[in-house]
Amino acid sequence: MATSARISEAEVYRQHLDQTVEEVFGMMMGLPCSIVEEWPAEERETISAVIGLAGAMSGACVLRAGESVAIRMAEHLTGMEITGLDPTVKDAVGEVCNMIAGAWKGKLPALASACMLSTPTVVTGTSYELYPQRAEFRIERCYQFESCAFSFTIFSEEIR
Amino acid sequence: MNRIRTLIVDDSSVMRKIVERALRQAGLELSTVLEAASGVEALDLLHREQVDLILSDINMPHMDGLEFLRQMQARNLAPDTPVVMITTESSEEHVREAIAAGAMGYIRKPFTPEQVKDRVLPLLDAV
Repeated sequence: MATSARISEAEVYRQHLDQTVEEVFGMMMGLPCSIVEEWPAEERETISAVIGLAGAMSGACVLRAGESVAIRMAEHLTGMEITGLDPTVKDAVGEVCNMIAGAWKGKLPALASACMLSTPTVVTGTSYELYPQRAEFRIERCYQFESCAFSFTIFSEEIR
Repeated sequence: MNRIRTLIVDDSSVMRKIVERALRQAGLELSTVLEAASGVEALDLLHREQVDLILSDINMPHMDGLEFLRQMQARNLAPDTPVVMITTESSEEHVREAIAAGAMGYIRKPFTPEQVKDRVLPLLDAV
């Protein structure tokens, strides 16, 4: 019973996440963005924005994209032409992650005011992995705008 | 509408530019756009500058948007200037907290220029 309840909860979280990503891209960039089943081949250089979750949900939200996808995302968000993985791109990817995390938890009454968000931390580099400790709960989705794919992951130690 | 002087408070420079663009798309004629990356910077600016409108994030390092509002009131800075919070913190509790701290409006991220227009223009008309 507990397992099926948790599966159902995870499905609700996934549906809200898909809806939230679509809203953030539609409202802030005027772009359709939808889920894709196949994970893209990862670029050598990647960028990950991490938003910490504390309170009712203890964990993190991570948006991960390749360099070219992150640049495209930042160009759409700012309306500027960008040539490299500069501070504007890092700031933009952090903000997109922040908006998705905030709007997602805002849709969930159990988390809306009981889960706090950190400010974004952005990691760039090659061949790195982020290892959450004691992640009991994990949602991992891949989305695409234009022909650019990125992943969004939510992991949590537990949900109180 | 007269050209207005605006202060945008957000730790993200990208978001400050997006908010400025949204205000312009909403039809506001901005004569000056001041930017601050935290509540501390914003308070410092308000000691020196007069503005007609303030838009502030809540979740910022050093001094968050709610403390910024409280400090504005405590120091009697820009007492007649409308403050609108623009933030991802979207629960009713956060909205109530912001209004109690002195905010006159609240915009949830993500937002459209139309939403910015709907929240901001009535406040400027009322001033």
